[in-house]
Order: sequence, then C-alpha cells, then structure tokens
Amino acid sequence: MKHLVVLLMVLTLSSYVYSEDAKEIMRRSQNAFLYQADDMKVKVTMRLISSSGAERRRVLTMLRRDVTDGGRQFYYIYFHEPPDVKGMTFMVHKYPDRDDDRWLFIPALNMVKRIAARDRASSFVGSDFTYEDVSGRDIDEDEHQLLRKEVLKGENCLVIKSIPRKEDMPYSYRISWISEKTYLPLKIEYYNHTGKVYKVFTADEVKNIQGYPTVVRRTMRNLQSGHRTEVSFEEVKYNIGLEEGIFTERFLRRPPRSLLR
Amino acid sequence: MLRILIIGCLILLSPLTSTAEEIDLSLGGFLQGNYSMSLAGSNPDGGDLKWAEERVQLKIEVLSADLRFFSKTDLYYDHICREAEVEFREAYIDYSSMLWDLRAGRQIITWGIGDLVFINDVFPKDYEAFFSGRPMEYMKRPVDALKIGVYPESFSLDIVIIPFFEPNRLPEARRFHLYNPLSGTGIKEEEPPATLENTELALRFYRDLTGVEIALYLYRGFYRTPSVKTEGTSLLLFYPELNVYGASMQLNGLGGLIGIEAGYYDSRQDRAGTNPFIPNSTLRFLLTYQRQFWRDFTVTIQYSGQYMDDYSEYLRTLPQGMPEARRYSDLLAVRLTQLLMYQNLKLGWFSLWSLTDGDYLLNPEIRYRFSDRIWASIGAMVFGGGEEWGQLGGLDRNDNLYLQIRYEF
Repeated sequence: MKHLVVLLMVLTLSSYVYSEDAKEIMRRSQNAFLYQADDMKVKVTMRLISSSGAERRRVLTMLRRDVTDGGRQFYYIYFHEPPDVKGMTFMVHKYPDRDDDRWLFIPALNMVKRIAARDRASSFVGSDFTYEDVSGRDIDEDEHQLLRKEVLKGENCLVIKSIPRKEDMPYSYRISWISEKTYLPLKIEYYNHTGKVYKVFTADEVKNIQGYPTVVRRTMRNLQSGHRTEVSFEEVKYNIGLEEGIFTERFLRRPPRSLLR
Repeated sequence: MLRILIIGCLILLSPLTSTAEEIDLSLGGFLQGNYSMSLAGSNPDGGDLKWAEERVQLKIEVLSADLRFFSKTDLYYDHICREAEVEFREAYIDYSSMLWDLRAGRQIITWGIGDLVFINDVFPKDYEAFFSGRPMEYMKRPVDALKIGVYPESFSLDIVIIPFFEPNRLPEARRFHLYNPLSGTGIKEEEPPATLENTELALRFYRDLTGVEIALYLYRGFYRTPSVKTEGTSLLLFYPELNVYGASMQLNGLGGLIGIEAGYYDSRQDRAGTNPFIPNSTLRFLLTYQRQFWRDFTVTIQYSGQYMDDYSEYLRTLPQGMPEARRYSDLLAVRLTQLLMYQNLKLGWFSLWSLTDGDYLLNPEIRYRFSDRIWASIGAMVFGGGEEWGQLGGLDRNDNLYLQIRYEF
C-alpha cells in the first residue's frame, strides 16, 4: 500500500513537472542559478584560454544581493588580479524591466565612471561570458519551448529552447538542459543565425552549499575561435546579511575590506 | 616642509595604531617606459623628445580593522633633464566607521561627470602630462588634503579641505612651443600662501535615486591656471580667488547614458568684470551622451559651453593688442573605444574641437595587452586649427607620437 502511494505521488509529480510550462521551468531555473538565497559572496577565478593554450587569469570577489527573486538585484565586484586592474571595483544595479545601471571605479584616478549598459552581449572582462551570461536575462524577453526530456551526465534534464523576441542578440536561439533535480542549467548551446552551435556553456561541477546546489565549476567554449573560459567558485557563502548600503558609490570608492578578505 | 612632516607622521603612525590587531600588507606596482617624440620639428630648446623616462611605481597597502594606509611612490629617470627623481603620488590613511569616513594625506580626488572636460572637478590637473602622451592617471595631480565622507540615510556628503594650494601643471616652455606675446620679460609666480583663510574647501552632496544620480557641488578656493599681470618691469603669475557653485545629473536614457553638469565660476576678485587681469565670472555647462552601439564599441559625445558675465565691462577694459575672447564659447569632445581580441586590443580615439575658435586636439591610440602583466600603447597627440593664441591651436607645433610600455607586478 505504502509503495503504491509513493508510486502514485511520483507519477503525479513527474506529470506535473512535465506539464509545467517551459516559461515556469526557466523561471525556476533562473532562481536556482542566479537568485539562490538572499545574498551571496564568492571568490571567482576565471581562466581565459586561447586555442593555442595561452592563458590569462581574472580573480575577483563578487557580492550579490537580491531585492526580489527573479527581479531586482545588486552586484558588487572587486578585482584582485591581474595586477593592472587590482583594486578596481564594478557595481551593477540590475532591473528586470529596464537597462542596468553600471559603475566602474578606477583607483589610479580615484574616479567613478558610470557605464552605458545597453549592449548586454558585450564580453565580461574579456572572457567568453557576456554580461548577460553572468547576471541573466529577463524571462519574458524570450519565448520558451519544452522540447523533450533527456538524460545528461546521468541526470534527468528538461530541454528548453529559448528564442529572443527581439533580434538584437548575437544568437538566434539557445537550448538549455535544465536538471530536474536542482533546476540548474547543466548545458546551454547558443545557435547563430545560420542555425549552427557556436558557443556552449557547461556546468562542470555542482556542490551543495548551505543547502543550495551551486555550480562551482563552469566553462564557456567558443566553438568558432576555440577560445574558452573556465570559471571556478571558491569560498561560496550564502545569507551573510549583506546590506543594501554596500552597493553604493561610497563602497565602490572604498571597498568594504572585511568582506573582501 | 610642513606637509612633509604631516605625511611622515601619517606613515609612522599608521602601523602603530593597530599593532594588536591582524595586519594585512600588500605590495604592487609597475615598471614603465614612456617616450614621446615631436612630430612637428624640434622643441624650443632644440630637443626632439617631449617626454622620455623610465619609471618604477611601488604601491604599499596596510590594512587593519578600521584603518587603512596606502602609498604610491614613483621613482623615475628623466632623459630630457637627465635626472632621477622621487615623486610621492599618494600617501594617506583611511578611517571608516558606519556613518562616516575620513581620508587624510596626499590623495587624488575626482568627481563630476565629464570625460576630460571639467567643471566641478576643481582639483589640480597636469595638462603637460596629457599633452605629452603620458598614461591618463598622470593627468590628475594629488593634493595634500583631508577628505571626510558623511553618510546619513537620505544623501551622501563629501567634504574636502585643502590647506596647501596646488596649481595645474601647464606645458613647459622648453618642451612646448607656446603662444607668449610677452616673452622676454622676467616672470615671477605667486601662489596663495598656506593660511587658514586660503584653505580651500570643496563639498559634494550626492544621491542615487534608483538610477538617477544627482549631485550638488560647492568650492571655495582659487583658479588653478594662473592669470598674468605686470608688476614694474616684470610679469607676475598669480591665482585669483574663485568660488564654484554647481550641480550634475546622470541617468540612463535614449538607449545609452545621458548627463548634464553645470557650474557658475564666481570670480571673487573681479565680480564687476572690470579687472582685465582677472577672468570674469562664467557660467559653464556640459551635456554628455554615452552609448554602446555594438559589442565592445562605445561612443561618448560631450558638448560644453561657457558664457562670460559682464562682457561689456570685459571689452571696455581689455588692454589694446590682447586677443579678444568671445562672450560664448563652446566645444565638442568625442571619444570612441573599440575593444577586440578578448579585450586585449583597444582602439581608442579622443578629440576636442572648439566650435568657437576652430582649434582642435586629436588623440588616436592603440593599446595591446601582451599578457596579464605587460601592455603597451602607441598614440599621437595632434593639435591645430584656430588662432595661435587659442588653447589648442596655440600648441600647433607640438604634435607628438608617444609610446607607453608597462610591466605590472
């Protein structure tokens, strides 16, 4: 009897998941991937590797605070490496329905520079990740279709096709493999306007941190140039009680040292 | 001497105050070569180089709980003057608490929204550095100052107190051909002495209203570019008193970023506009628009105007033979930046063009990052147009090609 109940529950649940519309899956995925907890602190190492194997490194500390899940968000980034950007800070106030506000602080000039943020397809610190890959994209900007279910690396995944409603992105659509268990994207393929995959994101390692499944190693590969960027997250901490006041010009100019050590 | 003492005390005190706590020390800096060659004939002193130096910069940062000490010291060898020098670029102590913070010592201060067009940024600049093709950070000169930040709920306030006057650095007559109708006479310079009354005060109130940034500025001090008057048979360079009252606003709009800044330059020693040796009061404003047109390509356009008060008085008292300034003058600045090859290659263009006088400055530059530690820039500074007494046209024979190469550690 017990077994029957469990079986029934599993069946209802899975059919529920299956019938869940693609947009809702993407919303849950975004929350699991970019909005875990109320805030987050992480030390990020990016390795930018060219097709010939030449490597450059970016090391930064990122602070994030969510105002609402799937909605407004604040980001604060402090650069540790390379030496010519050491001490630079970068701040984003992200809004779901309008362009982000972005600021860069250049210590050598003690200058805060506000940056126009229209083009979200611009590279983030010279890597294969764009600004949008780092901080996400409004769910309503794309049309989402559930293509199929598929097992990827031993995990059941929902395969979703997302087509931008406006033709202002370098890709014509992308296909995401969303884990049914964690709702994290395990793989994303970006298709260019001739229908060929040109860029692939993979989640290479997922760890459970304070109860939040977290992609701690990821790679973005550019298949056309052979260039790739490998990112690892260390010292991930959630819910550290980041105040909104951290995400202001005051701390852009004077990095909050206790948080960045 | 006084300021050296103050800085010395700061340096000595900083580690002492926090010996009991955990102390974090970090070092960094660079080695740099910077050379600039005249393209339009020799310099007035016969040389062909506008700039030629090797430089080491050492940055030291010491952190403890709520104190931070930072210093940036340059050591360089100047091939033109054939001498080695030490330059203390920055040396200060930071103290931070919840509601306020403080920075005391030698520091670089920058505010306002302009990109090389300054209205409320009244802090000293080094135009010689800019015109000689030195890295941009050398365009700003440090001041020995106290800066206090206060952060109540509804706004933020910066208070800057500068006891020691620092002028702008202008191109030097040995390296630059300059318009000087009064050459040949003895020249004396008189800087405002460091007295309580001469202490400069600069304030900035600012606030970000969900993306709309507004700021108000107040300044009481001096012009940093000298005025000239005759004193007996010689000339005297002096720095007239100045107040500036200003405001700025910046927000997303028109698919990019728009900004407006304005300031009233109240020429305290010549409010009637009748003294021909002191600039009249002016109203200055700046409109900016910045936009990314495509991936990693940014355009910034700035339009700036300046309107002279009491123009009829100015005309009436202008000495015979002196070039006559217009009542309204304006300029256009354009910056284009394209990043390529994973942002390792930067193609840059900056130009200033005076719409009133027709003179201009063009500054194309290519920068390549060979690795995470090594980069080099090649660029040119080209001046021309207008009249020989124009701010940029007067530099017509000073075009130069420059190279900057740096190893960071």
